[in-house]
Amino acid sequence: MIDETLSNYDFDEEDVGFGAPPMLPDAPLSWARRLSAIGIAAGLFLLVLFFFGIDLGGGWSALFSTLGLLSLATALWFYLDFKDTEPGIKHDRTFFRAIQNRSLLGWSLGIAISGFYIVLYFYDELQAKGLPAVLERPIRLLDPLAELTQGGESSRWFLYGVLYTLAIVLFGVRMLMKYRHNRYQRIRTVSVMFFQFGFAWFLPNLLIYFKRPYMEFNGVWPLKHDYLWPGGVDGFLGAGNFGIFLLVWAIGLVVATPILTYFYGKRWYCSWVCGCGGLAETFGDPWRQQSAKSTGAWHIERWLVHGVLIAVLVVTLALWGNHLTDGRVFGSSAYTLKQWYGFYIGAIFSGVVGVGFYPVLGNRIWCRFGCPQAAILGLWQRVFSRFRITTNGGQCISCGNCSTYCEMGIDVRAYAQNGENIVRASCVGCGVCSAVCPRGVLKLENGSFADRFEGADEPLRALRESFEKPEIYGYRAWSERNRQA
Amino acid sequence: MHVAIIGNGVTGVTAAVRIRQRRPDWRITLISGESRYHYSRPALMYVFMGHMRYEDTKPFEDSYWAEQRIDLLRAWVTEIDTEQKRLHLLDRDPLAYDRLLIATGSKPNRFGWPGQDLEGVQGLWGLYDLKRLYDTAARTEQAVIVGGGLIGIELAEMLHSRNIDVTFLVRERSYWDNILPKEESGMINEIIRAAGIGLRLETELKEIVSDDSRRCVAVETGNGERISCQLVGLTAGVSPNIDLLRESSIETKRGVLVDSSLRTSAADVWAAGDCAEILRPEADRNLIQQVWYTGKLQGELVGDVIAGEERAYDPGIWFNSAKFLDLEYQTYGQVNMDVPGEKNLFWRHPDQQLAVRIVYTDDGVVGVNLMGLRWRHEVCERWILDKRPVHWVLEHLAEANFDPEFFRRHEPAIQSALREQIA
Ligand SMILES: Cc1cc2nc3c(=O)[nH]c(=O)nc-3n(C[C@H](O)[C@H](O)[C@H](O)COP(=O)(O)OP(=O)(O)OC[C@H]3O[C@@H](n4cnc5c(N)ncnc54)[C@H](O)[C@@H]3O)c2cc1C
Ligand code: SF4
Ligand code: SF4
Repeated sequence: MIDETLSNYDFDEEDVGFGAPPMLPDAPLSWARRLSAIGIAAGLFLLVLFFFGIDLGGGWSALFSTLGLLSLATALWFYLDFKDTEPGIKHDRTFFRAIQNRSLLGWSLGIAISGFYIVLYFYDELQAKGLPAVLERPIRLLDPLAELTQGGESSRWFLYGVLYTLAIVLFGVRMLMKYRHNRYQRIRTVSVMFFQFGFAWFLPNLLIYFKRPYMEFNGVWPLKHDYLWPGGVDGFLGAGNFGIFLLVWAIGLVVATPILTYFYGKRWYCSWVCGCGGLAETFGDPWRQQSAKSTGAWHIERWLVHGVLIAVLVVTLALWGNHLTDGRVFGSSAYTLKQWYGFYIGAIFSGVVGVGFYPVLGNRIWCRFGCPQAAILGLWQRVFSRFRITTNGGQCISCGNCSTYCEMGIDVRAYAQNGENIVRASCVGCGVCSAVCPRGVLKLENGSFADRFEGADEPLRALRESFEKPEIYGYRAWSERNRQA
Repeated sequence: MHVAIIGNGVTGVTAAVRIRQRRPDWRITLISGESRYHYSRPALMYVFMGHMRYEDTKPFEDSYWAEQRIDLLRAWVTEIDTEQKRLHLLDRDPLAYDRLLIATGSKPNRFGWPGQDLEGVQGLWGLYDLKRLYDTAARTEQAVIVGGGLIGIELAEMLHSRNIDVTFLVRERSYWDNILPKEESGMINEIIRAAGIGLRLETELKEIVSDDSRRCVAVETGNGERISCQLVGLTAGVSPNIDLLRESSIETKRGVLVDSSLRTSAADVWAAGDCAEILRPEADRNLIQQVWYTGKLQGELVGDVIAGEERAYDPGIWFNSAKFLDLEYQTYGQVNMDVPGEKNLFWRHPDQQLAVRIVYTDDGVVGVNLMGLRWRHEVCERWILDKRPVHWVLEHLAEANFDPEFFRRHEPAIQSALREQIA
């Protein structure tokens, strides 16, 4: 005999797709928020006017009344959006908002961002094919800023740098407010804002100002592959003592990578320093829950990301082989490889797809599926690092918040429910799983590298085993170990 | 050998996985009337609030079950025939079993309030309730929640997130004060009110009032107050779900009676999780545990026992955790349990929602409560097992800290305040 309300159960939970429940209207916006909304609208409007050739007083006043106004009003909006809420995890409605999901709006935004990247990267080629000079006015808008920071005219790359940095700073404000109860997130966010603004934008501009070889000081080979390709190195060597300093810096970062990763895990770079990571963690935060979680996605991930690593190593070797033998080893094929890598990986993968698809595939597409730097850091983290995420005994209730919000698509819950440490090559240590866990189960920590998992004290064996039996260390649904039963 | 498991909650699923590990060639059927796949019941609220989708609440990929050769059956069992070893199913042919696990969980208490069967009155236990909540929310501006426990506050938070005006009726003098000491409970009262949820303490439900169409329109409280509402959430605790066994020969009391290996009175039938009542001749009360981790522990144990390995259930040191709106709570050991000779130390941050309680006797520490702070399970458990003296615990507080990196450390403040209290 059972309760008849239950046996009258007349829907299929797999089909209903619960979706957004009905709701009553929100309280009307405060005056301050209306003001910031007006500011955003006005900034956008003036921006459009400017694009269509209206002179807004020229120079700085045009810049302030468009991008300046837009930025201030956006920062204010983000600030006010969270100011009146209690500090804590604010994920209500995340899966109900069209813009944060694979809706028409989400897809449109994704296509718009990808489109921007295509126009930006292939501007000259596209113009040769008849594209109007759509970037001309936006580039000119930034002339006064370029004059000030680079000592010259603005260019499309200057435009890109400004927009990129603005995105990190403005959405950084959003992150700072959203996670203001969590000091790890606050400090980390300030860090990515700092490195983007200072190391990736301000200092490189100074280099241009003083006509030195270009370099972003937080960029590491092989992510910034050309820094240590023959062309890049020649550029540094041809620039006197300062050039040598830059070269030493570039090599120094490559050397520092395994050391810092040993002490702090991959996160020191991916979630604290890197520009791509910085964009993902700030501008990309609204979409982290879109990362694919299936075993299939994990298989694609490990083949792709390590494939790109091999590709960049091959290209680097080929270029140096040619360079040192005057082209006798690989001939023109090395050049073709270089072009190929720059086009498919550098432009299409990391930009057009990597950022453009944020709204539909999550914010770490490039970092997870493509970045060779992440692959190297990941291998180190996996076998030779003190970093792990500790799970708090039996407190996990398998709710799934951690897995849902893990931007790398790691099934954190599977480990937590089993009371196992999470030691995964792909984990960028963003700390969001720990922040969203409603039961306080997860803690990112550095400890002894040998006690992280069974067999961790023999890193080489662990490495070999993870090649032979990737499923042991890789993706797992809860109790993956049983799959081998 | 065919093992049938009724219930695909954490208990049934853990047992199924365990049996598969030990018995690769047995046939295993996992039956549930509620859902085809196992999902996390505590995550129901997040679906309604938009933190997750239903599919995100499933701990296993759908393909897992076929890989494990665990057959899933979405059906209601209506009767257990222990003589013939058969399960009768609603609208389906009966299913024969060799060994049976009953893991039917619990169900919301209903105390026979007038009007409890009206439209718009419901509990929060499963997907069916979630679905009903969606339907009722469409015509709800005000809701009343009855019963000040963990599920009540979750339901309040859910409805509040859709801007529904929520009134929370709590019979006790303070929220959940049968479990929480006065101070912790008081902190939660504060945050409930700060969130804009109407909290009525020491208020009982007298009657739910309906209109002509049998929809609820208001509740009347014991104080004679009438609060209009279109939705009433009844969340006054849960009891073992043993409806299924009412006419069977399997012995029940409040739950399905089982011995320490989780065997029922019928041959080849076991019960575990929320629905089980473990006989404890040595103690004055039988043991009913209705939380996630005990379901998991009992599921592991009963899986082993069904697969042929004799073991006895050891509940270990009690622990639990919850989140009240934005306030996290953890507990280890015995707090508010009237342990003979117990003394309490309590620290609260002067202006943040952070607190620590340490309960100890002359023999050593027996329990801790944490509000807004995270402590390490293993460390707290060891302290309690080893009966560490309270001074020793205060000395070693930092070892228990499980807050995320860079969080402000409060150990020095806690230590000095609590040492003063001891003196
Ligand atoms: C809203 C909510 C929040 C919770 N939050 C927490 C929390 O934060 N922490 C915590 O520790 N615990 C929490 N719990 C309690 C926890 O979910 C339970 O302790 C746990 O789910 C018990 O697992 P179980 O497998 O024993 O039973 P259940 O999960 O209840 O599963 C019982 C299964 O049996 C099936 N069943 C029952 N009768 C029949 C029948 N006649 N025929 C076929 N199938 C049947 C049902 O379909 C169901 O799938 C919460 C519970 C609820 C309802
Ligand atoms: S496992 Fe946690 S810390 Fe690592 S990437 Fe995922 S969410 Fe970030
Ligand atoms: S670790 Fe935390 S967030 Fe993840 S499933 Fe467990 S309780 Fe939920």
